[in-house]
Amino acid sequence: MSRKVLIAEDEPNIVASLEFLLRQSNYDVRVARDGEEALRLVASFAPHLVLLDVMMPGKSGFEVCRHIRGNPAWRNVKVMMLSAKGRDIDVNQGLALGADAYVTKPFSTKALLATVRELLPEDA
Amino acid sequence: MLQGWVIVLTSFAYLGLLFAVAYYADRRADAGRSVIDSPYIYSLSLAVYATAWTFYGSVGRAAVDGVGFLPIYIGPTLMIALWWVVMRKILRISKQHRITSLADFIASRYGKSALLGGVVTVIAVIGILPYISLQLKAVSNSFTIVLQYPEIVMPAKLGAVPLLQDTAFWVALILAAFTILFGTRHLDAAEHHEGMVAAIAFESLVKLVAFIAVGAWVSWGIYNGWGDLFARSAAEPKLAAMLTPFDGVAGSYSGWVWLTILSMLAIMFLPRQFQVTVIENKDEKHLNKAIWLFPLYMLAINLFVLPIAFGGLLHFPEGGVDADTFVLTLPMAEKQELLALAVFIGGLSAATGMVIVETIALSTMICNDLVMPVLLRLRALRLNEQPDLSGLLLGIRRGAIVFLLLLGYLYFRLAGEAYALVSIGLISFAAVAQFAPAALGGIFWMGGTRLGALAGLGAGFAVWFYTLLLPAFARSGWLPLGLLENGPFGIELLKPLALFGVGGLDNITHAMIWSMTANIGAYVGVSLLRAPGAEETRQASLFVDVLRRPAEPGGPRFWRGTAPTPELFNLLARFVGLANAAEAFADYARRHGQEKPEAHPEADAELVHHVETQLAGVIGAASAHIMVASVVKEEALSLEEVRAMLDEASQIIVYSHRLEQKSQELERATQELRAANERLTELDRLKDDFVSTVSHELRTPLTSIRAFSEILHDNPELAVAERTRFLNIVIKETERLTRLINQILDVSKLESGRAEWHESLIDLREVIEDTIAATSQLFKERDARLVRRLPAEVPKVVADLDRIVQVVLNLLSNAVKFVEPGRGLVEVTLTEERGFLRVDVRDNGPGIHPADQDVIFDKFRQAGDTLTGKPQGSGLGLHISRRIVEHYGGRMWVSSRAGEGACFSFTLPLAREAALA
Amino acid sequence: MGEFDVRGQRLAALCLLGLLLFNYPLLAVFNVQGALFGVPVLYAYFFLAWALLIALMALVIERRG
Repeated sequence: MSRKVLIAEDEPNIVASLEFLLRQSNYDVRVARDGEEALRLVASFAPHLVLLDVMMPGKSGFEVCRHIRGNPAWRNVKVMMLSAKGRDIDVNQGLALGADAYVTKPFSTKALLATVRELLPEDA
Repeated sequence: MLQGWVIVLTSFAYLGLLFAVAYYADRRADAGRSVIDSPYIYSLSLAVYATAWTFYGSVGRAAVDGVGFLPIYIGPTLMIALWWVVMRKILRISKQHRITSLADFIASRYGKSALLGGVVTVIAVIGILPYISLQLKAVSNSFTIVLQYPEIVMPAKLGAVPLLQDTAFWVALILAAFTILFGTRHLDAAEHHEGMVAAIAFESLVKLVAFIAVGAWVSWGIYNGWGDLFARSAAEPKLAAMLTPFDGVAGSYSGWVWLTILSMLAIMFLPRQFQVTVIENKDEKHLNKAIWLFPLYMLAINLFVLPIAFGGLLHFPEGGVDADTFVLTLPMAEKQELLALAVFIGGLSAATGMVIVETIALSTMICNDLVMPVLLRLRALRLNEQPDLSGLLLGIRRGAIVFLLLLGYLYFRLAGEAYALVSIGLISFAAVAQFAPAALGGIFWMGGTRLGALAGLGAGFAVWFYTLLLPAFARSGWLPLGLLENGPFGIELLKPLALFGVGGLDNITHAMIWSMTANIGAYVGVSLLRAPGAEETRQASLFVDVLRRPAEPGGPRFWRGTAPTPELFNLLARFVGLANAAEAFADYARRHGQEKPEAHPEADAELVHHVETQLAGVIGAASAHIMVASVVKEEALSLEEVRAMLDEASQIIVYSHRLEQKSQELERATQELRAANERLTELDRLKDDFVSTVSHELRTPLTSIRAFSEILHDNPELAVAERTRFLNIVIKETERLTRLINQILDVSKLESGRAEWHESLIDLREVIEDTIAATSQLFKERDARLVRRLPAEVPKVVADLDRIVQVVLNLLSNAVKFVEPGRGLVEVTLTEERGFLRVDVRDNGPGIHPADQDVIFDKFRQAGDTLTGKPQGSGLGLHISRRIVEHYGGRMWVSSRAGEGACFSFTLPLAREAALA
Repeated sequence: MGEFDVRGQRLAALCLLGLLLFNYPLLAVFNVQGALFGVPVLYAYFFLAWALLIALMALVIERRG
């Protein structure tokens, strides 16, 4: 079964690049354009990993992360935060909220994919 | 019912009641539970101003000239408005210096001058004498009239009645006895007469009730209300004239004005008023209510004067009955016996109130400020060796009371027929008005000196005597009438009623003008001639600055010298008795934490001052000063030393004032600093926000550029379509990034003022046309229509061409970005308004929420963050555009309703030809 | 005079007002024939103006600034 990844990001071009990268690696990809849509898709699409942009209209990425982590049913969903803010305190805040990884933009495609693979180990 | 014995009995019963009230109040005061410690009682006690003159005489005057009686009560109302400052000052001073009388007040201010105190006393006595006889006359007349019931007969010429059958004589004696009982039962250290005050308050009520009763009865008993009464008056030609008394000469107004001024001064300086307002005051705060309650009382007691006057005139035509008596004769004429009796009692009440308070006040002055200083100086009497002088003091006072009343009776008998009641009273008013310059000047002007006060009082009194009292004597036949008609020794210019040819005025106005001129002129002139002495200066400062100093009981200590304590103690005991003296010393000890001050052989300056103050409360400041000086071996303070002390004191005041100012400034500075700090923090935060937003905005296109560059690099076998697509994205994002960087630089330059502006005269029409051409591609892509409304010719504006192009471009591209593809319509309008050109760019897009309308001109803010998805653009364009427009003195704004499109407008001022010459 | 606080100033103003109200020329204005509720105009004016002045004085005193 292929791993499901949800991309929550409002910038269309960034979405396009992420989509390409992940589909190329055979992940099942869905896209959410804002926080509300992201939460809905977590419920319905049940991804294994959520790529969460911090700066989104409506609910911010941090809030979505808190929601996800607040729901015991989604304990196993991995969360990777994407942000243009790369200061230490932002990273720590993200990790403190329960994110599993934090990537700053602009990111290296290789590094991103590597982190994704780490979070979603291959089926045995 | 109105037989002689009934009237006498009722009168005595009433006096007995008064006495009972006084007795009760005194008892309570001794027990420490004062009944008069109330602002209402205080206010009522002030109403002793309304005497038999008010009760009978107001109607008398009203029957002659309508409203002519009113200034006597309106004047005080106006003066009382100023009491908040003036009277509070006097009260504060009097409490601090334990002032016992008006003479004491004035004497104390001008260096505790015994001479001045004596002069004031003499003037007061001479001036008030007619007033006292007026009361006797009123009581005696009313008694006589009531006795004639049911006939109404005016009292015959009184001079003809033998002494022992003269009612007035007996009235005078009874009142003397009464007053002695009231006011001199014991010596009070502060000259408080609580019983008297309670009785006066009571009788104020009685006379008010009586007057209103008769007034109401006249209005609604005899006639059918005021309308009926006045209508009937208007029907009589003589009476109708009185309804508008000011017809004709404006000169009648000058009399009016001076009467008002006179009354304003009388309410302050009549000895009885000073007594109840200042000396008997228990609490400064009572003044607050009194300021409006007392005028209210005066209004109430005067309300029915005019109805009664006109009622009487209608009822008793042709002058058979004196208007002064209407209050009494009207009920009598209508057989209202009970009411007549009540009126009589009311008049009696009014008269007794005045006499009691006035004679107590005057007798205190005579004792403390006239007799005692003389006696003390007469070494022959060896008063310094008497162990107990309190008996002497009381004796002097009682004698003074009898003396005053007998003198009042004498005046009444000899001269009482010459004038109607009101005129007599006004002569007394004019006499006490002479105290005004010295007293009022004394509390506001440091430069007033003792000599100046003496000069003013002397001059004023002399003029008063000459212009008012002499004519009265002449009219009574004591002096030749030729004096009035031709002047003394035939000198026409010195005619008592028309000095220096100033004629045509009534005697009061004439007297007031000249006496005030002489008084004030002499006071100011002589005061300025020579500087005040040491004693005067220090007293002046204490008086004038009293409200500005903290309420400390003494003042700066000015005694320097030593006094043997036992002598000091004995001195005090001589006047206040052993018990009181011991208590005074004990009180001092308590306050200063000393054990037994009488044990110390030498008394310090403070104790000496304390003793002097206590003493002053009994014998007046001047005498007290003399007595203490005789005991203290004082090192004479030279003028320089006093000045130095005063300077130091005033410097301290100034310094502390400056300290206060500094601390206030400091506080203000701190607040400003705090505000500035807040603002800086805010700006800092904004800057942080800006930096982080900029960083975010820059990183976003960079992300796409990097990602797709890497993708293209790592996937060489990508399909052409995809490669092209991705490369396009890279290019677009690079452009976006460049644009963004440019705009950020722009904003930064604009904000820091480093931008370069190249002004020229530009034709806005051309600019718009050019920009429309430049954006035609965009419009084609979005399939939007553009409509232009541009006038053929417009005046030029001064601006940077590139910048304005930037602005118009920004607006047009925004408009085309927001309209729906296919249906879009953008209108561009150019109009000329007063001094401005105005450009409107309207689109039929989704519109902008009111909430967003303020915000879209901010940096990095765009409309429709939540609704329409993330729009293109950086969010800086509008901000920059507005900045540019505002730089040239224009405005930019948006008007829009959600769902109905948006209209962005800006204005630019027209070029002024001269500016660019 | 530093002792003229707000209340003092207002009351002084009322005193001036009174001097104006009860003098020529205002008196001349009301010195006419006619009646107000049965009372001659001048008399009504006096007592009403007087009452008004007292009311204003009470207001200034009783209100704490």
